[in-house]
Amino acid sequence: MSIIRYQPPETVAWSGLNRLSNLRDELDTLFEMPFWSNFGGQSQLFSGWSPALDLYQNNDNVVVRVELPGMRKEDIEISLQDGMLTISGERKSETAEGDKAERTERYVGKFRRSISLPTQVDASKVTATYLDGILTVTLPKAEDAKPKQIQVNVA
Amino acid sequence: MNTLVRENRNASQQRSEQFVTPPASVIEDNDAYLLNVEMPGVNKEGLEISVENNELRIIGRRSLPEINGTFFHRESRTENFRRVFELDPSIDTSKISAHIEQGILTLRLPKAEQVKPRKITVS
Repeated sequence: MSIIRYQPPETVAWSGLNRLSNLRDELDTLFEMPFWSNFGGQSQLFSGWSPALDLYQNNDNVVVRVELPGMRKEDIEISLQDGMLTISGERKSETAEGDKAERTERYVGKFRRSISLPTQVDASKVTATYLDGILTVTLPKAEDAKPKQIQVNVA
Repeated sequence: MNTLVRENRNASQQRSEQFVTPPASVIEDNDAYLLNVEMPGVNKEGLEISVENNELRIIGRRSLPEINGTFFHRESRTENFRRVFELDPSIDTSKISAHIEQGILTLRLPKAEQVKPRKITVS
């Protein structure tokens, strides 16, 4: 007997013109749904876990922030090669033996993201922190990649 | 078939603030249901969990430190998280406990005594 029944999102079954007034609501909720639940998890077969990645830059640093909820610090790997930053790792399953998974939307397994950095960085000064499920990698820019103030004297 | 933790989507109809729905998983063991919700960037202070009329409402507000700089590439969302579940009466709502660690909220929803599996000795 299944005690927790999965409710498929209603957004999948649009029932035609009589509900047109709800279309906007349904579209709103569609974009609110967690991505995997719309596809029953099958699309993981093709794309795996692709955590959201942001890249910022300011005068001194390039900062990369990745959403990696529920990892252990040891399971995150960061590497830098030829101006390409790669973050990879594996999230372990939390289900103990004998437990029954009633609903699974969370992806378990390996991921790998690579991003080419917009400027040269000083590889020896890269730091990373992992807090509240967010990995933040700070890459100081190489000296000659920093924007420079040039004084121009008008004669 | 009865439903213990059912998602309640109607509750999100009236709103002014925009939320995203975080992925969740439910695991059942003998004594309880464990509900895990992914909320990266949320800590203890940003959580708002309430149970009212068997409706479990979870709101997680992100508290990410501002990064001084401009976006070069962006995939993350800025909206806060919200998810609402309908709980079966067989869950003992007075004993729900919660903790959050590295962006994963874990709620333990204990089953009421009368629905726990138990051995019956035949005399």
